[in-house]
Amino acid sequence: MSGSTSLVREVEATELMESEAVSGRTETPRAGVTVAAAPAAGAASASTPRKVRTENLSLYYGSFKALDSINLEIPERRITAIIGPSGCGKSTFLRSLNRMLDYTPGARVEGRVLLDSEDIYGAEVDPAAVRARVGMVFQRPNPFPKSIYDNVAFGPRMHGVRSKPELNEIVERSLKSAALWDEVKDMLSKPALALSGGQQQRLCIARAIAIEPEVILMDEPASALDPVATLKIEELMQELREQFTIIVVTHNMQQAARASDFTAFFMMDDKRAGFVNEYGPTQQIFTNPRDKQTEDYITGRFG
Amino acid sequence: MPRIVFEQELQHIQDGMLLLASMVDDAISESIEALAGSDLRRARQVVEHDREINRKRFLIEEECIHIVATQQPLATDLRIIVAVLHIITDLERMGDHAEGIGRITLLMVGEQYRDNLGHIREMADKARAMLRDSLTAFVERDSAAAAAICNRDDEVDALYDTVYATAINHMVQQPMLIATQTHLLWTAHNLERIADRATNIAERVVFLVTGHMDELNVSRY
Repeated sequence: MSGSTSLVREVEATELMESEAVSGRTETPRAGVTVAAAPAAGAASASTPRKVRTENLSLYYGSFKALDSINLEIPERRITAIIGPSGCGKSTFLRSLNRMLDYTPGARVEGRVLLDSEDIYGAEVDPAAVRARVGMVFQRPNPFPKSIYDNVAFGPRMHGVRSKPELNEIVERSLKSAALWDEVKDMLSKPALALSGGQQQRLCIARAIAIEPEVILMDEPASALDPVATLKIEELMQELREQFTIIVVTHNMQQAARASDFTAFFMMDDKRAGFVNEYGPTQQIFTNPRDKQTEDYITGRFG
Repeated sequence: MPRIVFEQELQHIQDGMLLLASMVDDAISESIEALAGSDLRRARQVVEHDREINRKRFLIEEECIHIVATQQPLATDLRIIVAVLHIITDLERMGDHAEGIGRITLLMVGEQYRDNLGHIREMADKARAMLRDSLTAFVERDSAAAAAICNRDDEVDALYDTVYATAINHMVQQPMLIATQTHLLWTAHNLERIADRATNIAERVVFLVTGHMDELNVSRY
């Protein structure tokens, strides 16, 4: 299978399955798993506790290797940015963290992804339970063609919340957390698709946090938005980090520089599938990177 | 993928900074020659020329702001700009000290001191060498050389101590010389400050190369 084919498949599978990812409820079979025994050699990234840790995480689409031995420790309640040139496996990595790739035919994971201390690819683990703990926000806002209220209530309802007062409370709290409440509180029954792009994206964030995940994955959450909406998302991320661990893929260097605490620079080359070239505190990566290739990338000289 | 315009802009501020540095070096030299020769015309030129130094500094600063606003510099590029912004400020202040020596010379009309500059010329030579070497270290991105420059500030401080002791001695023995010796003390003080500024520049070179901001030598004055 060629790399481009697998990418197309990945995108298609993603679009099909985004609704399940949001609800955290699905019965699809998981990808084949090989647990590597090698210990983690990840960058010691923070004094804060680590929330997510990958150990020699490699990922294949059929025979195509997309990720090669990723060892990363993601600190809790911090924003970690993933940057790197197109095709280096950033989105693949993100999707491997909540088993989104289970949907991609031929996708195969090696190594471990530890959420707290639990391997999310462990044999006894329910992928839906993983996705309830690790939510996701996509590049293009993708609200359901339902009302604003029903979008936010979707996940909690899937998880069995039936009481109207409880749902009301969750919807209000989630919309407030997503900095959208004041704009939509008088129009909760209006179609979500009538909102602006930036509002739709904040609605998707409200929808993701309604089921109270521990980690939020964001795949270029602002790349389809105008500058004002982009800044709102970035400010919102700063508030959300009080409560959630955020991992964000971005192509926007300035966004990574101003909106994240830690930055991982992914790369790939002729010899090696996607790998972590440098990982460290964002300030250090953007003012004094240790590696020449990191510097060339963030200063716009390559990639 | 080279960023041609950006690279040119970065080069231009660094070239401008070196030009400013040579203007300042020249001003220090001229101020001491004017003092040594009681050359009032020369001293006046130093004072007037300081305006050119100030103007040049602002031009470079504007260029730096333009680059920050338009090119989103990061990493080494960003450190170059921050270093240049600091260094041109130090250079401009060094120029003010040279101007100060020019003004002192103008105050010293009729005072007898010509062959009695003592260690002042040596202070000036050392301070100028520190200035030139710090900029060489900048051009060569040599943090070790820059760090070594900072230690030389102690030599200038020691010379200042000597000038001070000598001046006090003269004042005690010949009260008629109090005004002259005070003026020479002021001159020495300006030179001591110039050397301090040279260590600031050297510190910025270390920052540029390593990304670390360290105070490498704390002047005793």
